Parts: sequence; structure tokens; C-alpha cells
Amino acid sequence: MSPDPHDTASRHGLYPARVLEVDPLIDDPKTRIVVCCGAGGVGKTTTAAALGLRAAERGRKVVVLTIDPARRLAQSMGIDSLDNVPRRVKGVEGGGELHAMMLDMKRTFDEIVEAHADGERAAAILANPFYQSLSAGFAGTQEYMAMEKLGQLRSRDEWDLIVVDTPPSRSALDFLDAPKRLGSFLDGRLIRLLTAPAKLGGRAGMKFLNVGMSMMTGTLGKLLGGQLLKDVQTFVAAMDTTFGGFRTRADATFQLLQAPGTAFLVVAAPERDALREAAYFVERLAAEKMPLAGLVLNRVHGSGATQLSAERALAAAENLEEPRIVDQEDGKAGLRNSPDTYGSSDHPDHPDRSDRSEPPVSGDPEVAETPAPEADVEEHVEGSPTATDSDPTADPSEPTVQQLTAGLLRLHADRMQLLSREQRTRDRFTARHPEVAVTEVAALPGDVHDLAGLRNIGNRLATERPELPEPPELPKTGN
Amino acid sequence: MSRFQVVSGKGGTGKTTVAAALSLALATEGKRTLLVEVEGRQGIAQLFETEVLPYEERKIAVAPGGGEVFALAIDPEQALLDYLQMFYKLGSAGRALKKLGAIDFATTVAPGIRDVLLTGKACEAVRRKDKSGRFVYDHVVMDAPPTGRITRFLNVNDEVAGLAKIGPIHNQAQAVMRVLKSPETAVHLVTLLEEMPVQETADGIAELRAAKLPVGRIIVNMVRPEVLDEAELELVRAAPRSALARSLSAAGLGGARRGGNAEKLVDPLLTQAEEYAERYALEHEQRSVLSELQLPLHELPLFTEGMDLAGLYELANELRKQRMS
Repeated sequence: MSPDPHDTASRHGLYPARVLEVDPLIDDPKTRIVVCCGAGGVGKTTTAAALGLRAAERGRKVVVLTIDPARRLAQSMGIDSLDNVPRRVKGVEGGGELHAMMLDMKRTFDEIVEAHADGERAAAILANPFYQSLSAGFAGTQEYMAMEKLGQLRSRDEWDLIVVDTPPSRSALDFLDAPKRLGSFLDGRLIRLLTAPAKLGGRAGMKFLNVGMSMMTGTLGKLLGGQLLKDVQTFVAAMDTTFGGFRTRADATFQLLQAPGTAFLVVAAPERDALREAAYFVERLAAEKMPLAGLVLNRVHGSGATQLSAERALAAAENLEEPRIVDQEDGKAGLRNSPDTYGSSDHPDHPDRSDRSEPPVSGDPEVAETPAPEADVEEHVEGSPTATDSDPTADPSEPTVQQLTAGLLRLHADRMQLLSREQRTRDRFTARHPEVAVTEVAALPGDVHDLAGLRNIGNRLATERPELPEPPELPKTGN
Repeated sequence: MSRFQVVSGKGGTGKTTVAAALSLALATEGKRTLLVEVEGRQGIAQLFETEVLPYEERKIAVAPGGGEVFALAIDPEQALLDYLQMFYKLGSAGRALKKLGAIDFATTVAPGIRDVLLTGKACEAVRRKDKSGRFVYDHVVMDAPPTGRITRFLNVNDEVAGLAKIGPIHNQAQAVMRVLKSPETAVHLVTLLEEMPVQETADGIAELRAAKLPVGRIIVNMVRPEVLDEAELELVRAAPRSALARSLSAAGLGGARRGGNAEKLVDPLLTQAEEYAERYALEHEQRSVLSELQLPLHELPLFTEGMDLAGLYELANELRKQRMS
């Protein structure tokens, strides 16, 4: 394998994080559920799909439950129909199986009703206007139904591993809160007051509540319109008598998430907001006693030339754009830094300090045709120049090699600045949560459209970083 | 220019930043704008580097030329209590309702009511006039929910109007809907030059149009500067490696000979150029997809060091230059 492009960034980190080892996690037969959560726009769904594919290609029978995938990603797995049923993904290599499904929240809700109520009652609930709005529109329904579906898939016990993508919520925490909120509402005091006010009448301690209740139903009636209130009452009564407490169901799902065999992965990008959200999530999962496996840090940038700092790259670019210095040989004398001192600790074997006193070697065919030892074979295939050595400075309207070189150096300076920004952001997170294992996924220039792309992401997810302290023991600080 | 400007966009595209910059841009020449937030995230306070916003309109910035930006974080619970107070003079009974979970019910569970309260409050600010009959705010800018939910969020009033067939919520919903579907309103979508946000923008526009909601403009955010142009990228593919090595060496970066420090930079730098070229091509492709949507298109630059107050003013300036305000 080519050297990892961002290992230097990790190595220079102030806080060496524990490494999240993805393969042992997804290979472990005891791991039955992996939940991917995090802020919107960090590649959560892609991570879930890539993990699912990798686990399947390593021999497990996997189902990926996605909530609202981008169309092209769904197509890459062959699921463009939203039908709430796991479909087998074709083209998976190896002994396992990958199934994928998209959550249809209304369909899932309808199925619960149909499964728990007899035909007539089910029909009545399904036709209730309040139910229709609740099942299609309520901001928490999607979260609730995602958890419900997860419970269903798990109880069927058909899959070795279920990978869940969480809904694109207002806040990443919504999906933990919503089931309880809906459950506690549908099971709660208000609903009982609404549906069975008579029961309370006789009890002395409930006098105040009773007064409050009638005032409140009156107010709600005024507010919502009496007919809606009646719809709510009918709906809740029907739901309540046909299948037991929503809270019980919500609690069961919650317990499933806390159980051994469930692993949470917090997904983030090395950006301030995404990592802040990730930190909240880590804290919240700990508070809820939910098992956190680690942080997946997507879209981390690297460089094969970290020995060249942004400052030096920019200075060199300026030198090139300043013709006086470049064209005349003695211009080099004006440079502040001796050329070959940087990065010498990384490459102690190359005794080319003599270059300093020599003019640049020109016309040496060996230079043109020999690839550098660190060529990144994987990423740099078709771009390798094969042209022979010639001087393309004839046409003044064409950019010169010097201009191009200056551009390349500016590009590199941008990259190095990005790298150090990402590193700072990541260090802030690691300082706050040194206990969280991290895996970094190198950024791709484009989007993922097919299984090969997902496989690539999977490889990047699982790449180990040998230079970091070996988990799972406590990390040693300082290198 | 519409008086009510709704800013949506896929998560991570910077819609809060764009909404804030727009509210600054619109507050020129002594105008007054109100920037509202509806998702309880306190993103506005973070951007303007002020303390957490209460449920109260307060001045948070002065625009060049003496304009003022006010901000409001709409809290649905407070909005409902306000509303009950206004129409029913409930007073302390409101607290009793809260204890019973009725407020929680109305604001989080009852479908659509939360959204009616949020849009309702914003529309009230749009229509509010002072004693002399002038509008209190020249423009109201809303940092709205993301593209995937925006149509339902704005259209929920229709849904509620259908569900609550009579009563004040029904009337409120109808009134709000009249504002939202009028030319007084424009819904803008923020995107990046990446495939998924662009796709979501196209889908969002189709949904908004189907719901007869007025689509405004597309704002492409965080546009990266062009470091290498087309001709230079052409040369990347053709330039001999040795020439690049010599050029790097001439720039003072070490030996051009095989194994020399300058020569060792050539491959990594070319790899980075290839990545740049791929993204460059992708961005061009996405630009053309966006231009097919036939809406006014604006581009805002990326601030590599992250967004701060100074950056916000620069973006506002940029929006003014591009005549978005």
C-alpha cells in the first residue's frame, strides 16, 4: 500500500487519539447493531453504507437501514425504490450478503397499526385525520419509526449485523429524544386526561387537575378546533386499547440501544461545527449509557509532501513569479533558507546537500523518467506525465512551467494550511475526549456513486496507523 | 425585493451564515431588518459573537450606512404562550397547561402546530407596523430548516388548515399561508458546488414550485478560489517531471536530481494537482447543473480561516455588490 497521506498530521498531533479499529468491530460476531450518528452533511449515510459493504465482504450477513439517502448513493447500492423492505445488493464480493433498505416512515407506522389492531379498528385508525398527519408529518415520527424499524429487524434475527443511519435531524440528539417524547406523550398524563376524564373525577387529590383538565380541554378545543380534539381523542383511545403502551415500546428500543452488541459510531468532519456536535453526542451517549465505539472523522486531508511547509511553499512560489531571481543564477543567493535542510529528519538517507552549490541539473533523462520513491501509486495513475524532457516556453500565451510550478506550490500551501486547521480542530476534540477512539477517512475529491466507491471508503475507514500508540491500552502522551 | 426572505439549504452548506449576511446586506441606508432563527440552535448568537438570544427582538448589529439588524430566536413554547395570552388572556393558567404537558403537546407532538407558530411569528413581524403606519422591519430574514424539510415546514400551514378545519389555529394558518405564497416572500436555497447539495437543491426547488411557494435565488456558498486555471491544468498533464523538478529547485527547494529534495516534491505536488483537477471538473459540472435551474445565481467565497464577524460583513458586502439586496 502507498504510505498514508496524512500520517504526518496524526503524528504531529498534540493529543494522540486512540485508534478506532473498524475491522475487529464489524468482524466480531457479538456486534449486532452499529448506529451511525452525527450532524448533517458529514457523510453519515455514506459511512453506514461503506461499513455495511465492508462487513458483508468480510463474510457477514448485513442489512443497512438508511433513512433519507441521496439518490445517487441509494442507486449505487441498487435501491431506488422506497419500499421499506430490505433488498439484496448485487455485486458484493466475498462470502457475506448485503441487504439495504430505505425507511418509509408512514408505511412503518401503518404496519405497526395493522400488526396490532384487528381489521376494523386498524382501518379506523388509519383513516383518522390526526393519525394521518402524525404518521407523515410529525418532526419526531421519523426518528421514532427508525428506532421501531431497528427493533423489528433485530427481532427477526435474520442478519448478523444491522447498520443504521440516523435521520437528518435538526440536532443529532433528536433521534435519542424523539422516541421518548412521542412515547411519553402518547402514554402520558395529558392523553389520559383527554381520553378518560371521568376516571379522575372521584379522586380527592385530583380535584385541581380535574379543573385544570376541563379548562385545558376547553382551551385546546378552542385552539385546535373541537373537531381536531375529537380526532385526537378517538385516535388515542383506539391506539391505546389495541396495542399497549408506546412508552413501553420506546423503552424497549432504548434498552436495545444500550445492550451489549450495539455500537455507536459518531461521524464527523474535521470542521468546528461538526466536531462540536460530535462532542455533544459523545457526552450524551455516555449519559445515556449507550456504548460508543468511536469517532469516524471523514474528509480528512493529507499531503505527500508535508515536509514542505505552507510558508516555504509560498515563498518559493513568489521566487518563481519574480523573474529576476529565477532567471539569474546568482538570484539563489538571495534566498534565506538553505534548500535542503527542511524535512531532513524524515529523509536522512539522501545526501544531496551538494545541490545547493550546483546549478539545477538540466537535460538529464534519468531525472525525467524515474518515478520518485514516494509516488502515490494509487491516486496518481493517469496523471503521470510521460512527455519527454522539452522546454515548453515557446508560446508566450501558454503558461510556463515556472508559472505552473508556482501554482502547484500555492496549491500545496493551501493544502498545508487546511491540514493544520483540521489538525487543530481535531486536537480540540481529542483534548476534550481523549477516551474516544478515532479513525480518520481520507477525503475523496468527488462523490461516491457505486460499490467500488463505497469499498474505497471502507478501506479508508479500516486503514491502520502504525505510528500511533497501539490500542486498546491507555495511550501514552508524547511521542 | 421581497420583504420576507427565507434562507434554506442542505445541512453543512452555511445557510445560517448566508441568512446573517443577507440580513446585514439588506440593512443599508438606514433600513432595519430582523433575522429570525427557528431551530433553537443559537447559530445567530455564535455568528455575531453575542450572548445567547432570548425570545425577544434585540439589536445585534449595525450595518454600514446606519442600518440596523435585529435578531430573534423564536421559541415555539414561548410563542404559543404569547399567543394564548394575546387571544385568551390566560395568564398563570398558561403555566398550569405547561405542567400538564399541554404546551409540550402543542409544540412538539401535535403535527404542524410547532411550524405554524414559528412561521406565524415571523409573518407577524413581516406585517407589523408602527403608529405612523410604516413597517417596523423593512425585511425579515429567516434562517429556516434545511432543504429536505423546507417545503413541509412552510406548507405545513396548509396541512394544519386542513386538519384544524375551524378555530383560531385554522385562521392563523390561513393568514400565514397568504403571506408565504405571495410575492412578499422569497425562498432562497444555499448550496455548495458538490453533487449532493446541488441535487438536493434541484429537488428542493421542484418541491417548492409544486407547492406554489415562491422560489427566490440560489446562493453557492464557500466557493474556492481558482488556483490553477484550465491552461495550467492542461500543462499539469503535459509538463515533464524533470522540468518541474528544475523549476522547484530554482525556487530554492533543493536538488532537481533524482532523490533530490525538489525532485521528491514533484510527485506529491502532481497528485495534489490531479485532485484539484478532479474537483475543478466536478465544480464546473455542478455549476452547469445549477444554471439549468434558471434562477438567479450568486456565489460567495470560502473563508478558509472560518467564519467570523469580519467575514460576515465581507459576505454582506459581496451580496450587495451582486445586487442580492
